[in-house]
Amino acid sequence: MIKFKNSEITSENIYKKRRSFIKSIGLGASSLAMSTIPFVNKSLANERDKLTSYKDITTYNNYYEFGTSKSDPHRNSQIFKTTPWEIAIEGEVEKPIKLSMEEISEMFVSEERIYRLRCVEGWSMVIPWMGFSLSELLLKVIPTNKAKFVEFESVYDPEQMKGQRYPVLNWPYKEGLRIDEAMHPLTTVVTGLYGKKLPNQNGAPLRIFIPWKYGFKSAKAIVKIKFVEKMPTSSWMWASPREYGFYSNVNPNVAHPRWSQATERIIGEGVWAPRVKTLMFNGYGDEVASLYSGMDLKKNY
Amino acid sequence: MRSYSKIIVFFLSLWPIYLITYQIVFNQLGPEPVDRIINHFGEWTLIFIFLTLSMTPLRKITKSLEWIKFRRMLGLFAFFYASVHMLSYVGLDYRFDFEPLINDVLKKKFIFIGFSAWLLLIPLAVTSSEKMVRLLKQNWKKIHRLIYIIGIFGVLHYIWLSKTIFFKPLIFLILLIILLLFRIKITKSASKI
Repeated sequence: MIKFKNSEITSENIYKKRRSFIKSIGLGASSLAMSTIPFVNKSLANERDKLTSYKDITTYNNYYEFGTSKSDPHRNSQIFKTTPWEIAIEGEVEKPIKLSMEEISEMFVSEERIYRLRCVEGWSMVIPWMGFSLSELLLKVIPTNKAKFVEFESVYDPEQMKGQRYPVLNWPYKEGLRIDEAMHPLTTVVTGLYGKKLPNQNGAPLRIFIPWKYGFKSAKAIVKIKFVEKMPTSSWMWASPREYGFYSNVNPNVAHPRWSQATERIIGEGVWAPRVKTLMFNGYGDEVASLYSGMDLKKNY
Repeated sequence: MRSYSKIIVFFLSLWPIYLITYQIVFNQLGPEPVDRIINHFGEWTLIFIFLTLSMTPLRKITKSLEWIKFRRMLGLFAFFYASVHMLSYVGLDYRFDFEPLINDVLKKKFIFIGFSAWLLLIPLAVTSSEKMVRLLKQNWKKIHRLIYIIGIFGVLHYIWLSKTIFFKPLIFLILLIILLLFRIKITKSASKI
């Protein structure tokens, strides 16, 4: 695991100043400066895409392994041990591999990726993640021709994760993607946020993030990635198949039985800020809509 | 003495208002303030329904009639907090935009049942006065038994809106069951006599 010295960590203020500086030197220069950072220019163009504060991102979490209340993960995850950590890539592959976090941080370069996060509960954030495309990691193995889906498995450690001592969900947490979704460049392996090492409450040491799907699809603290033939049953599908489908793409036109998906509340905007309209595929339609052409997204929710 | 205790209970019952005012003034509502406010009043509504429901058992247990005189006030506070709860949802969250709201009431069972519970509270609040008790005679008791249904609806509302029953909704459910079990016991022992 990379150890960060305190001096190496950019404070949120400097971080934001740096951004506004990059912005202020003009579009030409800024797109040059950020050409290595995908999708960022578009994000900065819009006022609703103002970065959510580091405090809100790290204290308002759904991470039931550490408790069901939003403030629990921050409170209960501080002593969680993320070293040593190993990720197994197995299942329908020719040669399964195991990678340590050290090996992963040597093999792949994390870059800044600013994405919107839309929770199924109807709120959203904008998060400057650090990470790389999952496809880079998956290319380290050769899937057999049976492989159709990828299943993610989060860590199971009820000693350290007290939420797992209760049958809140079907532990360990499982999620899944179709292989083409997993290979899409937007599907990210996250190793940090705000230029810092990923905090425990956000899924350290390694999680995935799929910006066009509801937040729960992005499994945290991953220990296993498995290529499989049949569509995996995620923990939430298992808990309530009527409410949580396999795809779970952000879709303002398909209502969840409990939350309106037409609009969302932006975290950090205060009591008087109105809800804003939710965008199809969370605003990433240009990039991902083609993955679902010809599919009835009302049925495949 | 009697009037003092009522005044004390009245000001204690305003606790949720002090609490939320403090949180608003000192910016302690957290990242999702609107949600926080709605949930705050929702939870306190349930607590006040439970407090109202616990007066009769307390009378039986302590063999003191003192408790009953708070029942009306606590019940009215439950109605008050339920109304603030609903108003903050309608006004603060949806900005009185009635089209999605009507859609919510009809399509989402947790909102439907929560709204029904609030509607059922209205006749109880209206008939809460001493005058009404005398006017309605035995019917008053029948009408006010609605509180059991309201309690059940309220807890179902909470369970259905939560992603999982663990742990708060479960605690509320257990409390409700205990309070309702007292009723069965009471009516049984009453029928024996």
